[in-house]
Amino acid sequence: MSEELAFLAATALAIVRALPITLVLSLSSAIGASMLAAVLVAAQQTRIGRPLAHVWIFVFRGTPLLLQMFMVYYGVAALGPIRHGVLWPLFRDPLFCAWLALTCCCSAYIAEVLRAALAAVPTGQIEAAKACGMGRGTRVRRVIMPQMLRLALPAYGNELVMLIKSTSLASTITVVDVTGVAQLVIAHSYRTIEVFCLAAAVYLALTAGLTALLRRIERGLAQ
Amino acid sequence: MSDDLPIATLLGFGPDGWGWALVSGAGLTLAVALGAMAIGTLLGALLTAAQASRAVWLARAAAAYGVILRGVPELLVVLLLYFGAPGMLAAGAALFGLPPPGSPPALLTGCLAIGLVSAAYQAEVFRGGMLAVPRGQIEAAMAAGMGPFARFRRVIAPQVLHHVLPPLGNIWQFNLKDSALVSIAGLAELMRVSLVAAGSTRRPFLFFATAMVLYLVMTSASTALFRLAERRGQRWAGGR
Repeated sequence: MSEELAFLAATALAIVRALPITLVLSLSSAIGASMLAAVLVAAQQTRIGRPLAHVWIFVFRGTPLLLQMFMVYYGVAALGPIRHGVLWPLFRDPLFCAWLALTCCCSAYIAEVLRAALAAVPTGQIEAAKACGMGRGTRVRRVIMPQMLRLALPAYGNELVMLIKSTSLASTITVVDVTGVAQLVIAHSYRTIEVFCLAAAVYLALTAGLTALLRRIERGLAQ
Repeated sequence: MSDDLPIATLLGFGPDGWGWALVSGAGLTLAVALGAMAIGTLLGALLTAAQASRAVWLARAAAAYGVILRGVPELLVVLLLYFGAPGMLAAGAALFGLPPPGSPPALLTGCLAIGLVSAAYQAEVFRGGMLAVPRGQIEAAMAAGMGPFARFRRVIAPQVLHHVLPPLGNIWQFNLKDSALVSIAGLAELMRVSLVAAGSTRRPFLFFATAMVLYLVMTSASTALFRLAERRGQRWAGGR
């Protein structure tokens, strides 16, 4: 019994040590994806950018993230210009490849959320703002943005939860995150169920914590 | 060396081509997604019923199932089932004094893993859909002497279906993409085939790009099908 407890404690410690990787990956790709999504939505408002943004969203929403990760880490990295070019030190790093794939994939989903929120801002208000003589910048800052953010928040939160869960795929391209450590421990100990349940508990804590935080922000915005 | 084989040969259906392997891989991907969707619908409906149940422990258990399966990475569920199932089955068999049955088939494990996650999301959709039917209508149908089947077919389904179809379409897309995770269990679905082909021909970009195109064909074809179904569903709900 005490041996079992010692094993669980050692595993929990190893998993917690890998937590920073999962957190850094989640946070950095959340920032990257949100910024890229804003660019995509802005591009959708122009005539040239519209089809480009459409193709981007179509491709990244229509294919599995696992495939995208393999594409970046093994596929793109095998191309001559990348392999022998200045970008090689980046593409050699699995953490960078995981970040890039997550950023591109999640940007497509978040762009859809932002687009829907933008479409939900009543046209009358935008026209009214124009009639008041507001310039483009003021309109975006004082009329469109505040409403868009409030409308987008619940769905945006869901995407962030999805993103945290998706970071576990980085373990398939040799990133040693929470899932990666769990797999390593299992390879040594053959104790599948306990170890995976510990890892699952870590993700559950992260996603539940984020959900609670977002709900609090939503309530704050509603007032 | 396959390094210098032309693309048409590599992707073709000849002896050096991976065409058939890729196509049958795509077929298995569809099979996993369909199996997962079916398991998810069945279990999801049960979960919805359980959450509406008067037995508090049952409702709580169903809610907890949803929170856990929606909060944990799909990859972990697949890994847990794939690596954990032989041990669990052996332990189960030992209870009855049977020899360990070995690993279940990868297709079954894959469908089950994706299906368990799918169920948690589908239960949410069904719960939302049920709210679309006013209680009074169900009571009225009961008072009119309709049985549970007639009630479902003539009162609930026509009103719920067009609410439920669009989110179910989304879940189907997720199932289709999550099925790639089953490649870890060694099932020769599209992801696995492209990985094997990429490794043995040393043309990863080509094969991953081809797999992406095949996934896009499947996802956009199902988007079109769901849109068609939605239009029919709307007609069914018609008059409003």
